[in-house]
Amino acid sequence: MSALSAGLLATDVLAQEASTPGSPGVNITIFGLFVAVTIVIVLRASKFNKTATDYYAAGRSFTGRQNGVAIAGDYLSAASFLGITGAIALAGYDGFLYSIGFLVAWLVALLLVAELLRNTGKFTMADVLSFRMRQRPVRTAAAISTLTVSFFYLLAQMAGAGGLVSLLLGVTSDIGQSVTIAVVGVLMIVYVLVGGMKGTTWVQIIKAVLLISGAAVMTVWVLSKYGFNLSNVLGAAVDNSPEVGEALLAPGVLYGGSTLTQIDFISLSLALVLGTAGLPHVLMRFYTVPSSKEARRSVVWAISLIGLFYLFSLVLGFGAAAIVGPDAIEAAPGGQNSAALLLAFELGGTLLLGFISAVAFATILAVVAGLTITASASFAHDVYANVIKRGKFAADGEVRVARITALTIGAVSIVGGILAKDQNIAFLVALAFAVAASANLPTILFTLLWKRFNTRGSVFSIYGGLLTAVTLIVFSPVVSGSPSSMLQGVDFSWFPLNNPGLVSIPLAFFLGWLGTVTSKEYNAEKWAELEVRSLTGAGAEKAVVH
Amino acid sequence: MSTMDEPTPGGISAGAYESAQQNPDFIELRGRYRRFAFPMTAAFLSWYATFVLLSVFAADFMGTLLWGNISIGLVIGLGQFVSTALITWLYVRHANSRLDPLAEKLCHELEGSL
Repeated sequence: MSALSAGLLATDVLAQEASTPGSPGVNITIFGLFVAVTIVIVLRASKFNKTATDYYAAGRSFTGRQNGVAIAGDYLSAASFLGITGAIALAGYDGFLYSIGFLVAWLVALLLVAELLRNTGKFTMADVLSFRMRQRPVRTAAAISTLTVSFFYLLAQMAGAGGLVSLLLGVTSDIGQSVTIAVVGVLMIVYVLVGGMKGTTWVQIIKAVLLISGAAVMTVWVLSKYGFNLSNVLGAAVDNSPEVGEALLAPGVLYGGSTLTQIDFISLSLALVLGTAGLPHVLMRFYTVPSSKEARRSVVWAISLIGLFYLFSLVLGFGAAAIVGPDAIEAAPGGQNSAALLLAFELGGTLLLGFISAVAFATILAVVAGLTITASASFAHDVYANVIKRGKFAADGEVRVARITALTIGAVSIVGGILAKDQNIAFLVALAFAVAASANLPTILFTLLWKRFNTRGSVFSIYGGLLTAVTLIVFSPVVSGSPSSMLQGVDFSWFPLNNPGLVSIPLAFFLGWLGTVTSKEYNAEKWAELEVRSLTGAGAEKAVVH
Repeated sequence: MSTMDEPTPGGISAGAYESAQQNPDFIELRGRYRRFAFPMTAAFLSWYATFVLLSVFAADFMGTLLWGNISIGLVIGLGQFVSTALITWLYVRHANSRLDPLAEKLCHELEGSL
């Protein structure tokens, strides 16, 4: 990793002295308003949480458009809003790569996964992966992988919460930040425990509307300052970035240093484009609609909104460089993750900053709630109900276990978030994408599309991809051995790339093939059921009528 | 192991699924789906790889300014947005006209026989 990118990923320690823009009072008031409104909605939604289908899949009663907006709300996490804007502000072109990878990835979901998955599964990713395999080994593997991916994703969101809080409330002490991360954690547990999937979905819909409108207003505002000419915005960004200058407009600021960083860039690109369709919390959203046609509509809505938002973030990123300037961004508490917020303050003062930061808080809250419900559903439905109890348990037992799991996950993610709070959020999310693309995507594609695929292939691919990806991350410069590592003062890194995708994703595909051809198992009956169901929708889970 | 007569959890017997899999209509549906989805996936992945590899190995070319401060790389990057929108539109059109009618027909045949 080049010195520049190391600098970009690290938080400026000296920044702790910087003052807080805006008024903490206004910030807290707007945020409080959002929490109050959403809690009321969650409470109303909770009246309908009678069965497991209600709790996990909102009774399959959302329309494609509602679910599409909710997916955008789920997907446009703090990584997209704060992380990408910051990365573009400081690295220009190289930051834009995240937007492109995150967007193009949706075509994998649209063309190969969403509808087939909706027609085949019930509540979780593991439902589909274990459909025509031996249940226990595949379900267990898929559940472990779901929990791991969700954990990495949670880590990124919690890290975002830490940085955000330090900027907005002027909380610079470690204890103060930890307390606020804990408050975010407790709020999200309330949403999930009370509201289930329906409550969580409504929180995501409201948040998506607020986030996209807020970003649209800021984009028009930035453009209006430069005669609605993108080229002028880029020019102003170059003029205001004395260190990087013209290089902002070309590739290479982050990843141009050496052959190693170039390979790292390819690795990241691969993880981004293949990760989305393997993210359990995105996949689970397809079960909240009544049919595969609605699942398709969801994806179309999601792609439109997400694409639009990333176009906004291009303007916002260069706008932040032009109006706020890289020095001020790096000096602020929260470092580059604060670029979008500083831009809001420069444009619209205390009130716009208050609104945008409430939106950013809401973003984290909503995404964390979505992740928590996915992880808890996977544990309760896959591990508890199907592996431990083998389908024999009290009627309300599964949902009760899901709620207890949500509590546990909340606690774990609070601790993780405190550890990771100084990393770029988009970068941390990219790790979750790498794990998802390695552990989940090969098995999803093989199980839906390859007749011969079997239990051993599934188990090899899931565990192989998961272990490789996680091991390579642990022994990469992300965790130790570089100035921006999570752990300082120790160095046990031997894997040179920051993102493991280039190694772990092809390996997982290969292991899926290897496991399959070395096993004779093949269940023709279940393959017929899966293939016919996935393409025709016959026998698919229907909506619940209350 | 379920037998030919035992219904699956969906209410449709395993035998019905196996015979549906051999149905010429189903084979046609699968063909229509795969002949669209697979080449299109190859196309957008290649186009994305072009962007990534040019950014890495032809940084000077991608950094060449076309109009004002707009570089070739930025144009190709925005081209990824355009291609994503285009493929989404093409797929929805294909699915609505070529896949859905056949899928619904097969679905009714299977579920209607209950």
